[in-house]
Amino acid sequence: MDSMTLIAIASIVASGLTIALGSIGPALGEGRVVATALSSLAQQPDAATTITRTLFVGLAMIESIAIYCFVVSMILIFANPFWSHAIAQAAGR
Amino acid sequence: MRLSPDEIIYWQHGFLKLNATIAYTWGLMFVLALGSKLVTRKLSTGLQRSRWQNLLEIIVTGINQQIAEVGLRRPQKYLGFLGSLFLFVAMASLFTIVPGYEPPTGSLSTTTALAICVFVAVPLFGIEEQGLGGYLRDYLKPTVIMLPFNIISELSRTLALAVRLFGNMMSGTLILAILLTITPFIFPIAMSALGLLTGMVQAYIFSILATVYIAAATRARKPAPG
Repeated sequence: MDSMTLIAIASIVASGLTIALGSIGPALGEGRVVATALSSLAQQPDAATTITRTLFVGLAMIESIAIYCFVVSMILIFANPFWSHAIAQAAGR
Repeated sequence: MRLSPDEIIYWQHGFLKLNATIAYTWGLMFVLALGSKLVTRKLSTGLQRSRWQNLLEIIVTGINQQIAEVGLRRPQKYLGFLGSLFLFVAMASLFTIVPGYEPPTGSLSTTTALAICVFVAVPLFGIEEQGLGGYLRDYLKPTVIMLPFNIISELSRTLALAVRLFGNMMSGTLILAILLTITPFIFPIAMSALGLLTGMVQAYIFSILATVYIAAATRARKPAPG
């Protein structure tokens, strides 16, 4: 296999693994957060505004981890620096 | 496949480029400024008021209330900055219902600029509120050893602000583009409705995080309940 094929295989497999493994943790975390927030909302409906705001901010924090993985996998597929480098090398030869 | 509206270039002269991000950003700014100008031209304090004034009053008092709930004592002072952030990000995702429009927040340049605004504004408000020494002393808390970690957290949360907004907006447009090639009939509509919802939530989160950071820098105490 030449280097282009290797780079393509590695990028696609790595981007798939990135989003697959990287979404497990945030998914579990967000599930726990929402479950806890719902039970505290059921216990204290008066504190709904505070709980909801904190819930949203916390969810955003957790979700950003998954978003980082998504951005990395998108970069690996659509804007891969190694791929561009290999293309430039092939064009120069 | 495009990753961001940076790659649509309308006009180029040497190193000067006019891409879709800049064009739509200025378009949004124009719409926001012109809309506010037109609405606030004939303000009334009586019971007879236009529906647009009602709309703006709802928005402004809502943002004001949200800022006050986080614990900033004088929300009016921060309303300009935080309100503009919220309105810009919210309008940027709301306008996706217009065909042919690309949200400028789907470009990493725009979101980085917004995050840098927050990064600069937080120390400014902090110094203004508790003086230069008082603000810098916050970095030494709880001990001096935490100084590098406090600085790192300051930088990393700016990065997180930028990448979070960019990732959400970019994923919205990208999923739409992918779905259009697979199932071009009903599903893109549902996904764009979901995109509107995520856009609003992201606008709320961006501005509420900026508010929380400013509240932490000005060491605002929550007023006693009641």
